[in-house]
Amino acid sequence: MPPEVVLQYLISGLIYGSIYAAVAIGFNIIYNATGIINFAQGEFAMLGGMFASSLSARLPLALAIAVAMVLTALSGAVLERVFLRRVARGGVLKMIVTTIGLSIVIREAALLAWGESVRTLPFFTGNEVSSVSFLGANFSPQVFWVVGVTALTVAALTAFFRFTLMGKAMRGCSASREGASLCGIDPDRMVTIAFTLSAGIGAVAGCVVAPLTQTHYAIGSGLAIKGFTVAAFGGLGNSVAAVVAGLFLGMLESFSIVFVPEAYKDVVSICVLLAVLFVKPSGLFGSRAAGALKDY
Amino acid sequence: MSIKPYLPVIALAVCAFLLPPVLTAAKSAFYLTQLTMSAYYALASLGLCALMGYAGQISLGQAGFFAIGGYASSFIATRNLQAIASSPLAKALDLAGLLSRGTDPYGVALLSLSPWVSCILAVLLAAAVAALIGMPVLKLKGHYLAMATLGFGLVIEKVVRGTKALGAADGLSNVPGFPILPGLVVTGGKAARASNFTISWVVLALALLALVNLFRSRAGRALRALHDGEEAAGANGVDTSRYKLNVFILGAVFAAVAGVLLTHYNGSIGPGEANVMKSVRYVAIVSVGGMANLTGTLIAGLLLNFLSLRGIFGSLDDAVFGIVLIFVMMLAPEGKAFGHSFSSFLRRKGRAG
Amino acid sequence: MSILQVSGLSRSFGGLRAVDGVGFGAEERGITAVIGPNGAGKTTLFNLISGSLMPDSGRVVFDGEDITGLKPFRVARRGISRTFQTVKLSRRMTALENVMIGRHVRSRAGFASGMLASPWAKKEERSIREEAMKAIELLGIADYRDKETGSLPFGIQRSVELARAIAAEPKLLLLDEPASGLNVRETRVLAELVSRIRGRGITILVVEHDMSLVMDISDEIVVLNFGKKLAQGKPREIQANREVIDIYLGEDDA
Repeated sequence: MPPEVVLQYLISGLIYGSIYAAVAIGFNIIYNATGIINFAQGEFAMLGGMFASSLSARLPLALAIAVAMVLTALSGAVLERVFLRRVARGGVLKMIVTTIGLSIVIREAALLAWGESVRTLPFFTGNEVSSVSFLGANFSPQVFWVVGVTALTVAALTAFFRFTLMGKAMRGCSASREGASLCGIDPDRMVTIAFTLSAGIGAVAGCVVAPLTQTHYAIGSGLAIKGFTVAAFGGLGNSVAAVVAGLFLGMLESFSIVFVPEAYKDVVSICVLLAVLFVKPSGLFGSRAAGALKDY
Repeated sequence: MSIKPYLPVIALAVCAFLLPPVLTAAKSAFYLTQLTMSAYYALASLGLCALMGYAGQISLGQAGFFAIGGYASSFIATRNLQAIASSPLAKALDLAGLLSRGTDPYGVALLSLSPWVSCILAVLLAAAVAALIGMPVLKLKGHYLAMATLGFGLVIEKVVRGTKALGAADGLSNVPGFPILPGLVVTGGKAARASNFTISWVVLALALLALVNLFRSRAGRALRALHDGEEAAGANGVDTSRYKLNVFILGAVFAAVAGVLLTHYNGSIGPGEANVMKSVRYVAIVSVGGMANLTGTLIAGLLLNFLSLRGIFGSLDDAVFGIVLIFVMMLAPEGKAFGHSFSSFLRRKGRAG
Repeated sequence: MSILQVSGLSRSFGGLRAVDGVGFGAEERGITAVIGPNGAGKTTLFNLISGSLMPDSGRVVFDGEDITGLKPFRVARRGISRTFQTVKLSRRMTALENVMIGRHVRSRAGFASGMLASPWAKKEERSIREEAMKAIELLGIADYRDKETGSLPFGIQRSVELARAIAAEPKLLLLDEPASGLNVRETRVLAELVSRIRGRGITILVVEHDMSLVMDISDEIVVLNFGKKLAQGKPREIQANREVIDIYLGEDDA
């Protein structure tokens, strides 16, 4: 395989890997705060891109993206307060099923609002034809944005959880809900913040890849599954591992065209999912306790 | 012996024979088609009810087994063996009565395995797949189990959608009718409408009968104990892994049979039958019916599918099932385990025995 | 004759040695009690015998057969029944149905015969019901048989669980703190029940905190402390054992 082609695949892997990692990070934040898997996670990425796409017609791009992020983050908060909080006492499985229902409703609502057409965002710098040359391959400068934003997000999150009071409060909550509330932390509020944060991150990821991959009302569920695969692969709750796992999956998918027909490309990621679940549900870097169901 | 648990079975059987003439007289015979299809979807839902309600295991892959049944049966039944008609294998099969002859729409001679063979092979395949993936899958809990079954359903969908031999995006068509008894054929078309309605509702009644019997039996009791507490069930001698696997396979078989029959009835099948949304529908139906409530699942399965097929929900079809899921989860009494739902306190008689 | 022989049994959780090299025998048809302060490893010991937990090392030999590490349902099939510290009944099922589960090891009908409602399966069901009723009557809870166990008073629930355990006609019965939560009168009824059960030839191994009950019914007592066996002997001997007294009352610090 000529090196330019390898590089193209690598870059494609990088792009998709980053969005999978971002969705996975969103999963992890909510999982750490509540012990549940939020099936609607992929819809946040979709909403971010869709909102931004509509807003970019009237607002400057940066503002459009910022507003889209806020709108999506708010949707995450609303989702949690209105629906999930009421189901929380029914157990983990009930909440999962509720998030499945919510993801469907969000998707159908998006269909109603934006129709079936594919939407896109303008490139952040340059346009569709601008390209940067590197090692014989040409790719869009948007790729730098994708990598940069992902790295920034991970760094910001790590700092948030390690150094800020709220971040530490959230970590305390996930370790022990009761202990945290005894320290004056409101666990319910932490959960809402987790959802808000998660949704916002999903939105950012959705926006930053939209110029390259386009967006569409139905991309949410595919992203959710791949995001979960990545999160589980790295170890549920471990966001740094999620980035590594995300890039890995992105590359694997990208290069899978070499040995698997295009039509089966998605099967590759599902096989990874099943392999992880059957062999080591706690993921590469997870502990045995993480492999069991977190009790919330 | 109390007859109360068997009332729904009797009701189904009565409707199976009474509705066609009644509807025909009311000039509404066209409802029969959708009622027939609804029965098959309800059959798949019953299988899932056994798994979710009684064994307490969620599955987002029920549509996968439905598709395995439908696709396998139609694939086998549409293979034209005319080319090897003179081979010893073909002659042996013919002697055993396992072949059927016909002509396709273009007048070309067709020699194929009889639909009974394709049906049985398809259901066996589904059971084998369930046995194979059931073992690792059922060791998982909660969201891992949900995801694994979801992954399974997705694999099936991607495979049938991406494989040319299975018709890719168009699916398989020209599926022959299925003569289940001399003179009784599972097939579409106005002439067979009434008889097929009866067939489907009788099959549904038999399936319900088997399940009602099961849950009143020793095995059913063990399942309920398992659902209420695996540790205690194990301590009382219940092989929990094997029981869970058995119910998983049972659910898969129900779905596969439904898939086979519906495919022969429609004469075709497409990748949409394996779609995740279909699996979600089955989960929604079982949830709203009351999780461990066979009658509730039956009614919900027939009703929701009938309304959906009649187009009442319009383009919001998927959304309706999503909303149903959310509402059921939110309205279910607080603190109850996954196996209960609000309709269970409306209908105490869901409890067997 | 020891029908149950435990030797060198050990199990740790992380850094904590819950059971550390415990060995003892339970005399056939006798009542052996396992006592010790909280956290001494008593319930863990039970879980190791019944198969809920895998030991890190050691052996459990029952009726001449090595059953170490067998899955709980296999242990049950070999004739060991147990009750749980927190009563583990099927809350939605009636008392009778719960006790009928106890007969699971003594019956065979499976899925196929269940679905087909075959005549022999129905016959077996009738016998399961009869035997379950016998256990229920032995424990004096016949009035509650058709009530959902979730709605029953705690003491009755304990009796249902006990009925379930003996319905299996076990050779060995493991009772995990059967008197916890019972008042004095109920405890006396329990003592009488236990001796009636023993009268049927069932060996009993009981974990208990209620000292008077233990002294009253046991033939042999095993004392655990911090996962190790501290002492073993007849009730009178144990009562007089200085070390045992110390661990319960604490040492006098001069």
